[in-house]
Amino acid sequence: MTAIPFPEPRADVLARRDFLIAGLARLVPPASLVTSEDERRAFETDAFTAYRRVPFAVVLPETTAEVSAVLAFCHQHRVPVVPRGAGTSLCGGAIPQEDAVVIGLSKMSRILEVNYPDRLAKVQAGVTNLAITQAVAADGFFYAPDPSSQLACTIGGNIGMNSGGAHCLKYGVTTNNILGVTLVLVDGTVVEIGGEAMDAPGYDLLGLLCGSEGQLGIMTEAIVRILPAAEGARPVLFGFGTSEEAGEAVAAIIGAGIVPVAMEFMDKPAIDICEAFAKAGYPMDVEALLIIEVEGSDAEMDATLAKIVEIARKHGVKRVKESKSAMETAAIWKGRKSAFGATGRIADYICMDGTIPTGQLPHVLRRIDEIVKHYGLRVANVFHAGDGNLHPLILYNVNDPAEAMKAEEAGNDILKLCVEVGGCLTGEHGVGIEKRDLMRHQFKPPELEQQMRVRAAFDAGWLLNPAKVFPLEGRV
Amino acid sequence: MPTLRQPQSEDELAGIVREAAGHSTSFQGASLNVQGGGTRAGLGRPANNAVTISTTRLSGVTLHEPAEMVISALAGTPLRVVEESLAEKGQMLPFEPMDHRAIYGTRGEPTIGGVVATNVSGPRRVVVGACRDHLIGVRFVNGRGEIIRSGGRVMKNVTGLDLVKLQAGAHGTLGILTEVTFKVLPRPEATATMLFEGLSEADAVATMSAALGSPFEVTGAAHLPAGIGAETARTLLRFENFPASIDYRFPALAERLRRFGMPKRIDRAESEQLWVAIRDCTLLAEPRDAALWRLSVKPSDAPALSATLRDALADARLFLDWGGGLIWLAIPAMDDAGAAAIRAALGGKGHATIVRAPDSIRAAVPVFQPEPAPVAALSERIKASFDPAGLINPGRMHASY
Repeated sequence: MTAIPFPEPRADVLARRDFLIAGLARLVPPASLVTSEDERRAFETDAFTAYRRVPFAVVLPETTAEVSAVLAFCHQHRVPVVPRGAGTSLCGGAIPQEDAVVIGLSKMSRILEVNYPDRLAKVQAGVTNLAITQAVAADGFFYAPDPSSQLACTIGGNIGMNSGGAHCLKYGVTTNNILGVTLVLVDGTVVEIGGEAMDAPGYDLLGLLCGSEGQLGIMTEAIVRILPAAEGARPVLFGFGTSEEAGEAVAAIIGAGIVPVAMEFMDKPAIDICEAFAKAGYPMDVEALLIIEVEGSDAEMDATLAKIVEIARKHGVKRVKESKSAMETAAIWKGRKSAFGATGRIADYICMDGTIPTGQLPHVLRRIDEIVKHYGLRVANVFHAGDGNLHPLILYNVNDPAEAMKAEEAGNDILKLCVEVGGCLTGEHGVGIEKRDLMRHQFKPPELEQQMRVRAAFDAGWLLNPAKVFPLEGRV
Repeated sequence: MPTLRQPQSEDELAGIVREAAGHSTSFQGASLNVQGGGTRAGLGRPANNAVTISTTRLSGVTLHEPAEMVISALAGTPLRVVEESLAEKGQMLPFEPMDHRAIYGTRGEPTIGGVVATNVSGPRRVVVGACRDHLIGVRFVNGRGEIIRSGGRVMKNVTGLDLVKLQAGAHGTLGILTEVTFKVLPRPEATATMLFEGLSEADAVATMSAALGSPFEVTGAAHLPAGIGAETARTLLRFENFPASIDYRFPALAERLRRFGMPKRIDRAESEQLWVAIRDCTLLAEPRDAALWRLSVKPSDAPALSATLRDALADARLFLDWGGGLIWLAIPAMDDAGAAAIRAALGGKGHATIVRAPDSIRAAVPVFQPEPAPVAALSERIKASFDPAGLINPGRMHASY
């Protein structure tokens, strides 16, 4: 696919390649500088694999001081920089460009300190999301945001994208779970934003950094909140005859004052795909499935579930199946969290990430079906029902350029629909290059210009991840 | 030229700002003082601006979808109206906004826009997050007179830079808020407080840390030393939940905390009054002429810091909220109101904000913790990106912008 344009590589940067690589070699150990074409190619794309560009150099620093030195050098010589965590971005947030140095944080993957009395952990930006929870789980704590890629994705990338996950209905997204970061500014200056105390003074720069997609600086360390795990957690499967009934049940549960930790929705195609992969015991004779998870002691979970079941029955639930063991619980979540991977086994797909007001669910699901049929394609829907964050997976054949183009157009139509009904283009994956040119559907020119002026307060020369987020035309 | 403007619409407000920005000569260049209910006017540096813009005529709840746990209101809507709308549907603002009228002796109605501008949060903040954590959308007029939207009405949204968070706690310096949207939570069916008496500050913070680190979902953890509202020191832990859950969790937590003594249980009305007193700092409201500070620290630093503050400052009175992460401190309002000693005691960790002091002190002493030079430079550029001419609340947060 070539529908999304990249900026023209800066000729003056390409012409100075040897000089620039020699300069970088003076700043980091040889093992931290990647220059051969074969090795650079490993960094040419991320999980948005339809697009790729080979960067002219990759640096894998081991310290904040090295990141600072590399950024100062690139700033001095006007070289674009693309930060990279694990490269799991679904929107092309980590895709490089030919005139850029990639700064990969993968070697900065240590947990520096765990502090239970203050319920925080200090970690390097390249540590994986799951590694934080694993480090504190034995002591009854966890790190809350849990994107499906949590085994691989890094905390730096999570902050850059303000990642969510299945459990943010109760625990919030990344921005609600970070206390501070060490940030290297574009000119190499190192600043601490936030810290070990709550509510830092001045403007909420930490809030601004969350979801800024590598446009404001490079984070090398973070202080994250760790939370006490509940006494127990139990997911329950609710199978419905129609998506409408499932959607109404979700609204009724929240309306009754119950906030489960997670409410996940899958439609029939998604159920089939995930069950075939994970053997999770999902009911196969229903059109829509909700996975609702509750927490607490056994008696508390029984009481909450009894209320939820009663509400579900009023909305015509056909099947109710409780997890009876830790293994069943793991299988239920494995099925849901492997939805993208399992789909990838049967077809190529692009994954949408729009969010809608949950009251619009039945209408939007009908329209998604119509849109995808209009392009002659198929779709599987999984989404976070409690917060309206949709993940339609549009299936297509990547080797058929015409079909690939149709899939992209169908995706764009779906995202425009999300904005139309009062939602947004992206709930947790980010804008990246994928949704960059749709930004004008959500924002008016003065609104985009206001965002770009804030961006310019950090990087007036458009050196940091410059191909992303903002349409290439009309930049300020 | 009138000194008070009360626009009745966002468009009218934008027009006023454009006038001030120089598109008309009537009051070109006049700096604007933004005001909601005026109940928190003592926060920040004293204002000395030509024109006051009141948002009180931009009033009303514009959206409330209980099943989506979302509410929107125009910025000048009284907080009371927002809370009543939510209460009718069994919901609440999760972050328990503080009411400043007790400590300032102000009258009038706090507005929802003022809550956002000052990012005020109460005891529940330690667990569920601050105002900024629940704010999901804003509309505002920037210093160019442009109407800007950021965020929206959905709780997961990473589309573009998060200007919503920037507006929370910006004290109106980055734009004049016109509408704000929150995600909300169901009101708990019941509440109860666990009370330990006579603990030292070190034991109190250890108790609160153990409780906040337990799976029993404590939603408030405060310590009132001896002499603050009672003769004996009181350590308070709050439960909010279904009644059966509280009845199960209270003894379960008491068992875990047995080494700190046998707690008492305080129930509904008495429990609620205690947490309102902590939220609004009424315990330190008198004497009215004392200076009040808020110190935000790492909880485990609180005991030693409290001791240092008592040694360094004569007549210091204080109590702890947020499990020790928030120290409320009252001292006589003399000289710099203790600023040098307090910030030296912090030693670069955490930060201290003046909440109440005479204008002369707030004009001379940094009200907010001074930022390192590169961060201050960033803040100054961010201010300019919203308000290039420095028209809106200039000097409110910092003397230079």
